[in-house]
Amino acid sequence: MLKRETAHRWGVAAAVALLLTAAPVFAASEYPLQPAGNDVGNIPSLQRGARNFINYCMGCHSAQYVRYNRLAEDLGIREDQVIDNLMFAADKPQETMTVAMPAGDAERWFGQSPPDLSLIARSRGTDYLYTFLKSFYVEDGRPTGVNNLVLANASMPHVLWELQGEQRAVFEVKTATDSEGIEYTRTVFKELELVKPGRLSPEEYDRFVRDIVNFLDYVGEPMQLQRTRLGVWVIVFLLVFGLFAYLLKNEIWKDVK
Amino acid sequence: MNSARADAVNGGQRSPRFIDWIDARFPLTKMLKEHVTEYYAAKNFNVWYVFGVLAFVVLIIQLLTGIWLTMNYKPAAADAFASVEYIMRDVEWGWLIRYMHSTGASAFFIVVYLHMFRGMMYGSYKPPRELLWIIGMLIYLALMAEGFFGYLLPWGQMSYWGAQVIVSLFGAVPLVGDALVEWIRGDFYISDITLNRFFALHVIAVPLALVMLVVVHILALHETGSLGPDGIEIKEKKGPDGIPLDGVAFHPYLTSKDLVAIVIFLILFSGVIFFAPEMGGYFLEHANFEPANRLKTPEHIAPVWYFTPFYAILRAVPSKGLGALLMFMAIVVLFLLPWLDRCKVKSIRYRGWTFKIALTVFAVSFVALGYLGLMPATETYVLLARIFAGLYFAFFLFMPLYTSMEKTKPVPERVVFHD
Repeated sequence: MLKRETAHRWGVAAAVALLLTAAPVFAASEYPLQPAGNDVGNIPSLQRGARNFINYCMGCHSAQYVRYNRLAEDLGIREDQVIDNLMFAADKPQETMTVAMPAGDAERWFGQSPPDLSLIARSRGTDYLYTFLKSFYVEDGRPTGVNNLVLANASMPHVLWELQGEQRAVFEVKTATDSEGIEYTRTVFKELELVKPGRLSPEEYDRFVRDIVNFLDYVGEPMQLQRTRLGVWVIVFLLVFGLFAYLLKNEIWKDVK
Repeated sequence: MNSARADAVNGGQRSPRFIDWIDARFPLTKMLKEHVTEYYAAKNFNVWYVFGVLAFVVLIIQLLTGIWLTMNYKPAAADAFASVEYIMRDVEWGWLIRYMHSTGASAFFIVVYLHMFRGMMYGSYKPPRELLWIIGMLIYLALMAEGFFGYLLPWGQMSYWGAQVIVSLFGAVPLVGDALVEWIRGDFYISDITLNRFFALHVIAVPLALVMLVVVHILALHETGSLGPDGIEIKEKKGPDGIPLDGVAFHPYLTSKDLVAIVIFLILFSGVIFFAPEMGGYFLEHANFEPANRLKTPEHIAPVWYFTPFYAILRAVPSKGLGALLMFMAIVVLFLLPWLDRCKVKSIRYRGWTFKIALTVFAVSFVALGYLGLMPATETYVLLARIFAGLYFAFFLFMPLYTSMEKTKPVPERVVFHD
């Protein structure tokens, strides 16, 4: 009977979702996203991004659809370099980028299991990731000691804090009048302020994050450069073929009045 | 060599050719003549007449890429999402096959919608082509089913929740609703079982129906003949040789013309595949790159764009049951078109202003509903959806009225080359 109840609940949930599609379950952040400005054609940036990702993200996050030898091939890294410098969690280069942390433990430690990042750039977008990694700020009372402007109450700690330093959120009190003309005040976010500098300057940190985002962009669709390169040739071929098809059509139709 | 020797034996007379051997056993030449080399269509087909052929091209693309996808896809809840990524990353040219298939799905609807609109403009549904129109509508229904079943297969968040929303619509059926929903899913929620059966329906049941319906559609077309943008039956004016004066043979005339259209289509198609496979989230939705999660409802569930006109109608009605009924009716009324239209003149070129305005309003409403179905259901959007849904139905409901008192222009005897 329990199963039937669950089914019923799902039915209701779907009906509600159906009628109130606009009502978000978790309020989406209003914080404006900054353009990541990454370039998947920039191989050195991808190499740095791979290094940053493996050193800082892969403690918790996997990229389970990505194989190390594919990385080596696409990023122009020799396989022995990959084995020596990047493969901390795998034995063979054809293995995928999985993590050793058991999902059950992760869920106990963080509240939820850190998501696999193979496709994060495709589901969330690069601007989201770029802004997210730059928008942690210190907040007392949070289990991780920080909060995030893009994803409120994120369960992820600010892993890159040593590099970026500590940011504080500056709020200001604004007065406004509601529709009935009654004045009220509200606290709105103004800006992030760097209170304790990290090992990197803000510019260096931006580049560091951009490299990671660039790598995630590549990882989301590893064939994307190959795709656009091939696309040019396919379309050139079709244009030439189309020209002959058009001449053939004119030749055949010339006696039709 | 063989035939040369046979010639000598027969005293110089040509021996029976291979084709004759076939023809004595199967009407190959007869069929080729009837449907290809001696099938005549109006010589003044305009650009609107390419979408039937393009739909056929897309069908072939979908069937071929579908077969190759099936070779690597795994229809199980635990493996489906990963197997799609396996196709995208590890299978040779898998990404190209998958993008062709996902773009093909949207392309199918684009060309079919334009093909249907062509029919509405030039009266292709009018007697004696009612059955042709109905078969076409059945193809459209099969296509919608195919798109719906196929969309669950990647097992992403939108696959899952889109299916959840659409399947739950059957719960609006009185008395047996809940039981019906359970029967469709085969489980208490969208599960491995649902995925497995949707896979079966997507790769064999519906495509089989589609292919058979397409054959029937073409046979019915060749029985009544293609109409052309003037709405003139070319069969009524034949030359002494029995060939319609205003007709051209399908081959080589229309085949050569269609080839140009196919190449132009393929250029646009490749543009999407190679340079914008997600098409800004409309052909491949962003949220679908996250694996299905039964415990996490996405913030915004929108069906893929080709269903959104009907989805907007569904949401415009506060009661789920009534909304589902209206959505269903929005498709049913299309079937009735041949009988709702009382005007004798077929082509819009010679029809009155009332029909021209009505058809424009219909087209605008359909596109507007499609847009609104993609947007969150805010008060303004719902209000707009109600207005456009009203206009959509008004087009059909008042059709017998405004088409029976339409002031038409005289239809010419022979076809004319326009624009």
